[in-house]
Amino acid sequence: MIRHEGGRVLATLVRLVGNIDIAEDAVQDAVVDALRRWPTEGVPANPAAWMTTAARNRALDVLRRESKRTAKETDARLLDEMSLALSEVTTDSMVRDDLLRLLFTCCHPALATESQLALALRTLCGMTTGEIAAVFLVPEPTMGQRISRAKKKIAAARIPYRVPADHELPDRLPAVLQVVHAVITAGHHSPEGRLDSRADLATEGVRLARLLTELMPDEPECTGLLALALATHARRDARLDANGRVVLLADQDRAAWDQSEIETAATMLDRVVRLHRPGRYQIEAAIACLHGIAPDFAATDWSQIASLYATLELLLPTPIVRVNRAVAVAHAQDAAAGLAVLDQPDIDMSAVESWHLYWSTRGELLARSGDPTAALEAFDLALECVSNDSDREFLLKRRGAVAGERREAS
Amino acid sequence: MPRYAALIYEDRANELKAPTAEEWGAVMAEYTDFGDRAGAAGVIGGGEALQPTATATTVHVKGGKGGEVVTTDGPFAETKEVLGGFYLLDCANLDEALKWAAQIPGAWHGKVEVRPVIDFSEM
Repeated sequence: MIRHEGGRVLATLVRLVGNIDIAEDAVQDAVVDALRRWPTEGVPANPAAWMTTAARNRALDVLRRESKRTAKETDARLLDEMSLALSEVTTDSMVRDDLLRLLFTCCHPALATESQLALALRTLCGMTTGEIAAVFLVPEPTMGQRISRAKKKIAAARIPYRVPADHELPDRLPAVLQVVHAVITAGHHSPEGRLDSRADLATEGVRLARLLTELMPDEPECTGLLALALATHARRDARLDANGRVVLLADQDRAAWDQSEIETAATMLDRVVRLHRPGRYQIEAAIACLHGIAPDFAATDWSQIASLYATLELLLPTPIVRVNRAVAVAHAQDAAAGLAVLDQPDIDMSAVESWHLYWSTRGELLARSGDPTAALEAFDLALECVSNDSDREFLLKRRGAVAGERREAS
Repeated sequence: MPRYAALIYEDRANELKAPTAEEWGAVMAEYTDFGDRAGAAGVIGGGEALQPTATATTVHVKGGKGGEVVTTDGPFAETKEVLGGFYLLDCANLDEALKWAAQIPGAWHGKVEVRPVIDFSEM
């Protein structure tokens, strides 16, 4: 609870003191204070208000000390203004605006995508540098440098702490959505890394997406992203086996899926789809919901999923969408039709030639359309590109099965 | 008011190609238009256009202060894109500076790097 309150308090403090570093230190001190006092004195009636007061007093101390050190008139005046601002009452709607400001500042296009992601996790989710480093598989000092460089740039280049105007939103919103989407994806899709921290990240992704939806209820893509986050989160317990290996969608235990979360996602998606402002996240959420409501793999509405992927590909013409569409078409019609989608001449071969999923999908579709020789070649190419052990193990198993079938047939 | 340097980079191939009078006139008209608008908004704190890199001379004092002065013909590094000029922009924050930088004709033909200028009175 303290961690999550911390994010809200921090957002307000950043507005008041105009400096993420000072604000972070002040909130950190308030957290330490809370951890020391709450167990004995009891949790205050309004924890957020308590922490905001503690943190702003702390920030005032720091600013007073700084202004004495530099003994500058401008600082003294700034301090007066700050004392006034700090004494004002903080309402819920102000906190909401503060969080939104912090989110847009963290996701400013002048910061590298990886820095945006790290800053958002640090400031809005209250994750420590060590935790963030663990999920992105980089050494802690590297992540520390990345975050501190980003904060220095915000201060030196004066990246403004504000919510973009309505006419700027179309340009700025995608970056924010992308950061939250990256948090969700990182929480679910990479099998490497510490599982406990990844599970954490998946939950943080849902929290950020929910925050975005509360802050911008009129943006269908925010709701689309939340629906996607929920429908993905709903399958968290079925995604890995007891040994931490990835379980394919077809083999997942559907009883372990959180049906109420899937229903929540589907309901909110139904509402925003009626606004007729489609976007990639709404489409991806619709696909995730269709998987979620299918009683089993074979009974999945593959033809609707295939047509959703076709629409998605118009908005997002990437190799991963193409491969997913080919798989959906193969299930909806047959392997040959899926292969035809994969082989459409507009595919960017330079983007897929070293991507194991492209080759393994090709191999699978070739095997099912009765061309085991070509399938084995594709599996071999996939094995050349594969980087993690569980994927390699899976590919070797599939290759072995297809090779066995070919021997039997001859 | 914070100050930003907007450094205008253009393709070296472009720099080597002598423009026709017509092309030159069109580019100058674009820059005049930008200067008029940014000037009227009180944003421009200075700026210059530079002669081509073919006119550049680079000096280096070998062995540090007091050492041998080495003079070479050309820019300090041969790069694909070269610095062609700069503006100093007085803007409240980076968003403002980027908004103006995107209106410099150099940003359409090449790229504009925006760097905050150090304010020594704040140090």
